[in-house]
Amino acid sequence: MKYFTRPKIRRVLQWRGEPISLNRRTKISEYESLVIRVEGLPRTTVINVGQHILIEGEDEENPYVAKVLRLFGDESGTQKKVTVQWYSMVSEVPLSKLKLLGREPHPQEIFYYQGPNCDDEVSAESILRPVKVKHLDGSAPFPDPGDPDSLYVKLSWDSKTFKVVDSALVNPDPAPASCPKPSLPPSPPCSPPAAAPASRGLARRALPTPDPSVMRRAALGEVRYSRASASAGKACYAAEAESLHSATKLSASKCLSAKRRNAMERTPGVRKKLELCSPEKKSMSHTDVLSQLLDEDLESEGMLAQHLSSSPPRTLSLGHRLTPLKKSRRASAAQDASPLKESTGMDSPPPSAAEDSSRELLDKSPQQGGLVEAGLPTSSVKTPRRRNATPRGKYATRGQKASTPSRQKGSKVLKEPALGALAEVDHEDSPMLPVTTPRSSKRKSARLVLSRIKVQLSLLENQQDRDSDSEEEDDFVPSKKELQSSSEEEEEGEEEAGLDSDEDVVVKKRRHASAGSRTPRSKQKTSTRTPRKTPNRKVTPSTPRTPHRATPSIPSRSRPARQPANVLEEARIRLHVSSVPESLPCREQEFQDIYSFVESKIIDGTGGCMYISGVPGTGKTATVHEVMRCLQHAADVDEIPPFHFIEINGMKMTDPHQAYVQILQKLTGQKATADHAAALLEKRFSNPAPKRESTVLLVDELDLLWTRKQNVMYNLFDWPTRRHARLVVLTIANTMDLPERIMINRVASRLGLTRMSFQPYSFKQLQQIITSRLNKVKAFEEDALQLVSRKVAALSGDARRCLDICRRATEICEHSASDPSATGLVGMGHVMDALNEMFSSAYITAIKCASVQEQIFLRAVIAEFRRLGLEEATFQQVKSRRTERRRRRSCRRSFLHESIDRLKFI
Amino acid sequence: MSKRKVGAAHMPVGECITQVQEILRQRFCRQRVPDRPGGVEAQHKHLLGLLKRTAVHGESNSVLIVGPRGAGKTMLLKCVLRDLMEEKEVQKNLLQVHLNGLLQTDDRIALKEITRQLSLENVVGDKVFGSFSENLVFLLEALKKGDRSSSRPVLFVLDEFDLFAHHKNQTLLYNLFDVSQSAQTPIAVVGLTCRLDVLELLEKRVKSRFSHRQIHLLSSLTFPQYLERVQTQLSLPDDFPDENFAQNWNSSIKAVCEDKSVRDVLQRHFNSSKDHRTMNMLLMLCLSRVSVSKPTIKPADVLEASRMCFSDAKANMLHGEK
Repeated sequence: MKYFTRPKIRRVLQWRGEPISLNRRTKISEYESLVIRVEGLPRTTVINVGQHILIEGEDEENPYVAKVLRLFGDESGTQKKVTVQWYSMVSEVPLSKLKLLGREPHPQEIFYYQGPNCDDEVSAESILRPVKVKHLDGSAPFPDPGDPDSLYVKLSWDSKTFKVVDSALVNPDPAPASCPKPSLPPSPPCSPPAAAPASRGLARRALPTPDPSVMRRAALGEVRYSRASASAGKACYAAEAESLHSATKLSASKCLSAKRRNAMERTPGVRKKLELCSPEKKSMSHTDVLSQLLDEDLESEGMLAQHLSSSPPRTLSLGHRLTPLKKSRRASAAQDASPLKESTGMDSPPPSAAEDSSRELLDKSPQQGGLVEAGLPTSSVKTPRRRNATPRGKYATRGQKASTPSRQKGSKVLKEPALGALAEVDHEDSPMLPVTTPRSSKRKSARLVLSRIKVQLSLLENQQDRDSDSEEEDDFVPSKKELQSSSEEEEEGEEEAGLDSDEDVVVKKRRHASAGSRTPRSKQKTSTRTPRKTPNRKVTPSTPRTPHRATPSIPSRSRPARQPANVLEEARIRLHVSSVPESLPCREQEFQDIYSFVESKIIDGTGGCMYISGVPGTGKTATVHEVMRCLQHAADVDEIPPFHFIEINGMKMTDPHQAYVQILQKLTGQKATADHAAALLEKRFSNPAPKRESTVLLVDELDLLWTRKQNVMYNLFDWPTRRHARLVVLTIANTMDLPERIMINRVASRLGLTRMSFQPYSFKQLQQIITSRLNKVKAFEEDALQLVSRKVAALSGDARRCLDICRRATEICEHSASDPSATGLVGMGHVMDALNEMFSSAYITAIKCASVQEQIFLRAVIAEFRRLGLEEATFQQVKSRRTERRRRRSCRRSFLHESIDRLKFI
Repeated sequence: MSKRKVGAAHMPVGECITQVQEILRQRFCRQRVPDRPGGVEAQHKHLLGLLKRTAVHGESNSVLIVGPRGAGKTMLLKCVLRDLMEEKEVQKNLLQVHLNGLLQTDDRIALKEITRQLSLENVVGDKVFGSFSENLVFLLEALKKGDRSSSRPVLFVLDEFDLFAHHKNQTLLYNLFDVSQSAQTPIAVVGLTCRLDVLELLEKRVKSRFSHRQIHLLSSLTFPQYLERVQTQLSLPDDFPDENFAQNWNSSIKAVCEDKSVRDVLQRHFNSSKDHRTMNMLLMLCLSRVSVSKPTIKPADVLEASRMCFSDAKANMLHGEK
């Protein structure tokens, strides 16, 4: 993939207009709108109060959504602040809470955030761009396929529950929408609150005299497709955009995404063109395609902007015309060859093009130039949509998101029935006339070419009726340029396209994966790098493409499990370790300590580490889980701020570095390789974020995360110390002195001294645990319980063992139920049997049951030991005692071998 | 009955011998699970009850079957499974996963095998996709999603259980036992091993998760019982087609077992080992000497077979015999 490296662009933020109010004491003045300009670009973006904006998130792919409530700054103008009302993206809502939704969240759904604990004042510098937010009624379905660029609000989210939100809260005041403020020349002719990102697109193509009502309608998202009677001129535009897009070599990924989208939606550009002229056929797909196309344009515009200054305008506009023509010609070639001729003359690249070092650049820039020329009423209208010089990935991402505006534009265009095909030229011209821009010459040439295209398109239209029936036309025809693009991209693109359209793809894909050339993981990696390549994918139901999508599940049984029939079975279920008791007895102190530790960290919004040790079966994990349940409950009733709880287990991963992957996946749902995940987490925890919930991370079996460099542990303990991390790490291991034993100093020091050790249960505690589990189910005699608890406490204090023995005792009791003397309760005898079964070693029995020869051999060994006084004897010596057998201390059988080993300890 | 008797009575000797060879060989080579496990009824009942509870009630369990080689561990399990599968409710529900420590030599292979046998969704044909860690996460996720009452119980049979304890970190065992101790998909883990000290091989956190149920298969066989077993092993079943032949055969077997020299030989075998396999080996050698011309087992056959069993291969080579 070739990236166009672009110089860093500095953004300039300015207040527009006079302050609407000034607090003299604090010297803070409030403004109505903010102008964001990119240096070197003539366009500006205006942010108004009431508008929805995207704010820099933790990473480029997940910006925050918010509504501007107040714009203010201090006198000097150095500090510009925005007070916002936050929205939550789906990805920001914890996965566990998403279940409360009761349905699959729409990928473009956002929630009106009413939760506590977040800073609603952000720096204006962090504003990315405006975004369109639509309010939907609670019961209204999401538009399908939906506007890929709008966000939808249905519900509010206060970190506990979802509620229906009032549309008045969401929808911006109509006032800013309807005031294009034509009096201010540097401002865009129209900046509808929600459409501001689109302002460039709007301005570019749109109507010479923006009708406020139309604008507002567009802004509010009331797209009425039925009303849209697209004129030939409109069609021309669309076609132009389409062809331009497809013909130019945008970056490979863009082509790819376009291709994929086309394949998916089955609304190819060609049909679009055709349909556009016949109003009846119009459907939502129009707008989709339009927006798509515009998207692409928008993306390339940044490049254009740079390029404009260097490349001669005229050649540019001329050069780029060619490609679109080619494209449209190809589409229509079957029907009519006449456009071909027209375009052939232009096919040869303009001489000045040769001067351009990069062909790609050329392609893009002309297109850009042409478009801009054609549509722009004023040069200043071009709001700089790409303000940041950002790395390519980000750029692409934004481009995709930015489709909001274009979409709007599309709908607007459609809505403007008055504009006929003929009016097109005028409509282009009219904006130019009043405004004399330095580039008017360019524009003329652009117009010229445009009119030519129009002619061609009108030819196309004539054939269209015939064409529209053929489905083949629907398929996106990749342009030559695309074909030339790097073969790998192409291959991948084709594969992708195939996948989306084809049901068999799964198999294909898998075969591919198994071939080893591209493992599923590498696939994953590419997609994470350019995550928004296919923004529409989520909308359309696609077949699971990779095994990753396979849902892990065990088939469910045909008949539900039988319910317990008697007291003993009931008791057995309650005594099973897996059953979750109502409360955890006997760990009150530990519970309290952990609870207050975590609670205080969550309330303060700080981080910390805690190390919990104890022998197995002493309730460490259970206690922490109980703490989390209680905290979660407290968070639900609003006593403490909400938090994430993540759990990883050293035993449940194959490699310590997988810890990163699992944490990342549980935190954000992303999948990544270990290294990438580590980088992402590092970034997440070290970057400040205005609203972030605390995260509680439970690391079970910590000792298995040991690596030679100990970097996994180091990171886990280092993140909580970061200022913005808000991470609480609870670690669990069996060894009391693990930090001293295996950790190097810098790791141990970060872990800190907050430690807790769980003592083995005493017999009273064990008894209490069983009693509380049984919970008044009368199945055991008192004495029997005491016997079990005392036995286990004396041996290990392992609660699991205790419960297992009790369970076994109930089984024995059940088996002996036929005995008439039995009371039906588990008595001493049953417990004794169970204890014997579990604790008695089988060695004695095993030796008793051994064959005569084996016994003789063992006897010989013992005799030899006695004689030597040592617990070691060579086979020779043993043999001399008993002339049999072969090797030393190990017999033919491992079984016997064990017996001998055991014998040494007897 | 009489019809069959008449028809069967005329069966030529050659055919009878073929039948006898077939029946007894199946028995000796353990191709057929015996109808009734001999000498391990209590263990059979215990194991059957345990697995039934998993299959029917969805109770997770783990158990080890420990016994010397040739003690009938696998036979016991097969018997139990056969009996278990006779129940309709179980038959439809129970999923089985069979692993062997000699085949699945590390957790990576074992995981793939489990995934394949459960035919989870990341399996296409016989291929399992994803890396080791993905597979682990996938499997755990799958098991975690289930719950006691709704998902099908899974039976994991780990043959040569002690070898699994040598896998790195005992990840597989930890996870299996952990699932069996938590409210997830009901599973039963059955380990077969010949090592008595297998529990000492387990890490303590793995050990704590194991339910500590062990079924020991230690045959406390006395010589008369041994003799009786030899006789039953060689006897023909009642439903043998030719009744006369069967009667003759059985009485001749009885006679052989009462023969003094044969008893001595068997006593010697009994002293050196009690397991089923060595006995079956001896009887197999006897059986191979039966032919049409000599349709019964004679004491001399047993003596010769025993001689072959005890003969030292190296000494034979040096002597130039055979």
